[in-house]
Amino acid sequence: MAARALREAGRRRRGWAAEVGRRCFSGGSAGAAVAETKEGAAGGGKAVNLFTAVNQALHIALDTDPRAYVFGEDVGFGGVFRCTTGLADRFGKNRVFNTPLCEQGIAGFAIGLAAMGNRAIAEIQFADYIFPAFDQIVNEAAKFRYRSGNEFNCGGLTIRTPYGAVGHGGHYHSQSPEAFFCHVPGLKVVIPRSPREAKGLLLASIRDPNPVVFFEPKWLYRLAVEEVPEEDYMLPLSQAEVIRKGSDITLIGWGAQLGVLKEACEDAAKDGVSCELIDLKTLIPWDKETVEASVKKTGKLLVSHEAPITGGFGAEIAASIAERCFQRLEAPVARVCGLDTPFPLVYEPFYMPTKNKVLDAIKATVNY
Amino acid sequence: MAALWLARASSQLARRAARSLARHGEPSPPWFLASAPPPPVLGPPAVERSRRRGFCSVRRFAGESSAAAAAAAAATAAVEEEPENGFAAGADQAIDFPGGKVSFVAEMNFLPDSQRERINCYRVLDDDGRTISDSKFQEVSKEVALKMYSEMVTLQIMDTIFYEAQRQGRISFYLTSNGEEAINIASAAALSIDDIVLPQYREPGVLLWRGFTLQEFANQCFGNKLDYGKGRQMPIHYGSNRLNYFTVSSPIATQLPHAVGAAYSLKMDKKDACAITYFGDGGTSEGDFHAALNFAAVMETPVIFFCRNNGWAISTPTTEQFRSDGVVVRGQAYGIRGIRVDGNDALAVYSAVHAAREMAITEGRPILVEALTYRVGHHSTSDDSTKYRPIDEIEHWRTARDPISRYRKWVQGNGWWSDAEESELRSRVRKELLQAIQVAERMPKPSVAELFTDVYDQIPSNLREQDQLLRDTIMKHPADYPTDVPV
Repeated sequence: MAARALREAGRRRRGWAAEVGRRCFSGGSAGAAVAETKEGAAGGGKAVNLFTAVNQALHIALDTDPRAYVFGEDVGFGGVFRCTTGLADRFGKNRVFNTPLCEQGIAGFAIGLAAMGNRAIAEIQFADYIFPAFDQIVNEAAKFRYRSGNEFNCGGLTIRTPYGAVGHGGHYHSQSPEAFFCHVPGLKVVIPRSPREAKGLLLASIRDPNPVVFFEPKWLYRLAVEEVPEEDYMLPLSQAEVIRKGSDITLIGWGAQLGVLKEACEDAAKDGVSCELIDLKTLIPWDKETVEASVKKTGKLLVSHEAPITGGFGAEIAASIAERCFQRLEAPVARVCGLDTPFPLVYEPFYMPTKNKVLDAIKATVNY
Repeated sequence: MAALWLARASSQLARRAARSLARHGEPSPPWFLASAPPPPVLGPPAVERSRRRGFCSVRRFAGESSAAAAAAAAATAAVEEEPENGFAAGADQAIDFPGGKVSFVAEMNFLPDSQRERINCYRVLDDDGRTISDSKFQEVSKEVALKMYSEMVTLQIMDTIFYEAQRQGRISFYLTSNGEEAINIASAAALSIDDIVLPQYREPGVLLWRGFTLQEFANQCFGNKLDYGKGRQMPIHYGSNRLNYFTVSSPIATQLPHAVGAAYSLKMDKKDACAITYFGDGGTSEGDFHAALNFAAVMETPVIFFCRNNGWAISTPTTEQFRSDGVVVRGQAYGIRGIRVDGNDALAVYSAVHAAREMAITEGRPILVEALTYRVGHHSTSDDSTKYRPIDEIEHWRTARDPISRYRKWVQGNGWWSDAEESELRSRVRKELLQAIQVAERMPKPSVAELFTDVYDQIPSNLREQDQLLRDTIMKHPADYPTDVPV
């Protein structure tokens, strides 16, 4: 219900939302520029949005492995975000099915299924609702291999879940809970920034022999459009990507926030500031080396995410880079993040780490 | 609105109530309380019937005796041909609702909170180890019967010796299965090795039955380098891929949803096997219990939910755990067939699990088994249960209700066992255990390198870095670290 309301509202797109909507990689030159620098995937393919790219990945995952299963709340008819459209028709209701409305049940069932040597691709309808499954993910999935001394593992488990702001989602359709999961050894946390990335990273996550929590930027489901190769391809996990070269400051982010950072880079360039932009992609285990190399070059770092600043994953990056690059840092690491409030409805434009907040922080850091 | 409706309905209501009284010749409960459906009986369960007719049709004013239930069923049958008696499902008195037809009735019937009588408990052996006349049970051969007995005794001795080892400070922790030996061994005996076991932590007997050696148990409790868990978990967290026994984890009831997923996999692979998961009475309060039962019912998975209702969740008695008639009644609410069984009666447990397994696999459905028993030992070595329960209660269950001696009487009654064999068995197991403990204790611990493996399938760079840092620290401050863990 809530999701349907969200979709409807998404189509209506109020003024501010439409404006911020431009931050995605769809259409305009900004998106193309990011897509061009991408590596790992063959070029070409039809221009599709992010939910279609996810859908393609799921088709391929089910098609290439008869032991793969897709399930979750409302996935049977195609899912509230349409990511599972057509899967049940093609692969049958034994492999693509609805579950009861119970996140801990979905996660627990998925762990058992994965532990029997299957690829269990579970959907949690919104990341805001993943918390009932937290115990299963943290105490069970993450420790399954370790606690058994590798007698058992649930590496075939992938939990897909839409995260982040969408312009009108309020408290419970907007959160970015990635940091909670980054505190859990044994899990991998992956967040794609665009349709092409989503397909390649999702296939890699599904086939990775470790449990993965895969956060999908729900704002980009429809808004982000780019050419996505139709074939089966994977993008490497735990490898960050420099998506824009620069010399004055390093900007790092993931998921939908990359769009905001991209715009900030362009505006900063007009003021003569050269920004290097990095997509972290995998939050744990994360690619410190790529970030370190960049910061050693630029001497400055800005981290940005939608989640509240305190205890966010940006803090981990800032601390690690301070340890590794202290001698090279010419300014404190800047963090432009969500506020330390619950995600607010009418105040969303105030809460968000918007382009101008980023731009101000870039200038302050560069001029430190 | 409601008042008007009540007034109009009242005369018909009174007539029907009178008829109901006359039919059954006994006082009915208060008019607003429908009695619960008759207690389930062995054989094709009432669920089938109610599914066909809608649950309303089996609710009546009858008492709970089986005769009354039969009369009620007959009345229902008659009702369907005689619309004027008020129970009929006429065009305007029933609704096709998801799940089946639902009849409308004029009475305002709240379902009662419980049945008048508690669900009965299946038993084969009486307190003296004699089979109850008319008892139906799964035959066991002499060979299996004796193996069951000797494994029950072995489990008991293992508990005694490991408990003592903990008291002597040789292992850090232990947890006994005292009083639940029949549940452990008899349920395991009724399964096939291909069945997947998802244990809690008071079922080591299942692993013992499957062939886990006393040395393997000891290795785990001492966390030595031969422990499959590489010394990472507390004692008693056993697991074995070879024996299809998932590794124990401490959180309560988390394994239940896993069992449903595992069972779904078995079903998709068309295996002649089921999953079985064990848990205690306390575990049924966890969300995972409810999630798992509901998922299992909806997905029609071959899984046995085996509840060891031993009366105590650490110090919390079942009266402070739930208000339902134990656990077995919960199955019905989820659409799951269930049975209550005497958990201290090895033959009853064996028979119930044997039948449950057959139904689970051939019909593709979950089964709930509630075994009534008693945790004779403390919760664990960190607990002193005399602080919260009377010693004579413990003593009563330890002696008068001991499942091992009851089963021994039956075995001996068959002429299959002698006192001489008994003492031979006990001294042999004791010797083996002491030997196993000595070997396990002398065995080196796993090396520090294993601290970093198995977090992921491969060691990521952050862990390699931490490994190196730790080694540097150990070199600098060797006195800070245990000497028995190789670096």
